[in-house]
Amino acid sequence: MSIAVRNLVKMYGDTSAIDDISFDVKTGEILGFLGPNGAGKTTTMKIITCYMPPTSGTVAVDGLDTAAQSLEVRRKIGYLPEMNPLYMDMNVLDYLEYSAQLHGLRGGVVQHRIKEMVHVCGLEDVRHKDIGEMSKGYRQRVGLAQSMIHDPEVLILDEPTSGLDPNQIAEIRELIRKLGAAKTVILSTHILSEVQATCNRVLIIHEGKIVANGTPSQLQQEFQGADTITVELRSGPGDPAGAVAPKLKSVEHVTGVSLLTQDGGTSTFEVHADKGNDIRESLFRLAVAEGWVVLEMHRRITTLEEVFHKLTTA
Amino acid sequence: MAALSLSNVGPIYRREIRSYFNSAVAYVVIVVFLAIVGWYFSNNLFLINIASMRIVFELVPLVFLFFVPAVTMRLLAEEKKSGTLELLTTKPVRDVEIVLGKFLAAWTLLAATLAPTLIWLVTLMILGNPDLGPVVAGYIGLMLTGGVYIAIGIFASSLTENQIVAFLIGLVIVLAFFLADKVLLYVPGFLAPVVEYMGIDYHFSSIARGVIDSRDIVYFGSILGFALLMATASLERRKW
Repeated sequence: MSIAVRNLVKMYGDTSAIDDISFDVKTGEILGFLGPNGAGKTTTMKIITCYMPPTSGTVAVDGLDTAAQSLEVRRKIGYLPEMNPLYMDMNVLDYLEYSAQLHGLRGGVVQHRIKEMVHVCGLEDVRHKDIGEMSKGYRQRVGLAQSMIHDPEVLILDEPTSGLDPNQIAEIRELIRKLGAAKTVILSTHILSEVQATCNRVLIIHEGKIVANGTPSQLQQEFQGADTITVELRSGPGDPAGAVAPKLKSVEHVTGVSLLTQDGGTSTFEVHADKGNDIRESLFRLAVAEGWVVLEMHRRITTLEEVFHKLTTA
Repeated sequence: MAALSLSNVGPIYRREIRSYFNSAVAYVVIVVFLAIVGWYFSNNLFLINIASMRIVFELVPLVFLFFVPAVTMRLLAEEKKSGTLELLTTKPVRDVEIVLGKFLAAWTLLAATLAPTLIWLVTLMILGNPDLGPVVAGYIGLMLTGGVYIAIGIFASSLTENQIVAFLIGLVIVLAFFLADKVLLYVPGFLAPVVEYMGIDYHFSSIARGVIDSRDIVYFGSILGFALLMATASLERRKW
């Protein structure tokens, strides 16, 4: 079940919420949507789920056009909207039954699916409770349960973990991973570790445009700046820090060396090297040759947070 | 577009019915309605010694003016405000099915409100010998009038996410239809027949006399259908 988004534009009056976005989601992929508030994540999701049409451009879900074959598309999609709206006056079982019926399920399969969703989402203890009386974490699970009640091939989840405490976040994340294994999933989030934990691909949107698209590790590599290695050495009394630095500098690819701390014969340096060159081995060999003791060596990796920050604050 | 299937009207109808009858809404509406109309009916019966349903058919359209917009105001406005409309419209459900399900639920509540008044009819039949023709026609007329009010109320509810605003818009529109045939004095002569024809009370009283004329049925049917169509179009406005 693939999703193909082509040249999507959405204008609200004169301002564009999304501006010529194109991307594909392959079957079985979990795609993470990242971006600051107002970047166009929710708008894109609302268009994919047929809530509103784009100003121009097309979305095809499994080859079906969201404008021309809206009902067929909606049948294949499970959707958890932002803020997770629910009928507060219904209890869990009634609400899940209603959702199942609206998805066209009839007869025995309805009760079967409800039972399964109640079990999978851990709702056994609250199944007779009114949704309005439940905690936020439970409501979120009900929202997930209704989005998957018809066993959809595509899941669109708009900030599924917003407003939850860390334990609940871990639970919901686990749930998505478990249930999303056989589905095509798009989820939006503010939490970058969530993307690393659950998604196989990341799309970063900023001001209505896609600014990055790849696996989390690809993005980290792509936006990796100069390599920075922190190394702590004991160089002995005959070799003070002042003498060590030039030798470090002479290693291939090294562009700069700065002394961070010095304590007797032990000194810590920050060594900068050209992008994409791992010089840890060369540094180690140099230390051995010079008779220094390497106490600590650490290569700084660009985190997804830094990639995100770099791309969305321009 | 596939053949028009209305299979989702049922679930939506059942949810609305449950929402009316599981909360206090239905019972408050029924009790207050019966208290108001019943007071006039029993005054007629015991004080003025008139054993007739006529007072009911005169009063109910007036009471509906305020009751129906109150019953319909939340139907779409609440779903818009809470965001559940987004949930509903991203399910494989047509907008017209949403409108029809809600319309039928409110119409059922209206029937449930009118049903207890049949006890008064039974009382009259014990006491005397009322002419049943106009009574049956009168009830049909009440359901049709109420149906038109409901359709208009749903349209009003589709315009806003504020229930009070929905109530007021609904009230103004049904009031306009109710008053149309009562302001003929102020209308230029050539327009008078048109304005009179638009008046809902004109058609209701014609039915309540015991004559079910196809012209009146066409009137009720077209206003009702047009209002539901407008409500559906207004829901689809998000797509414009």
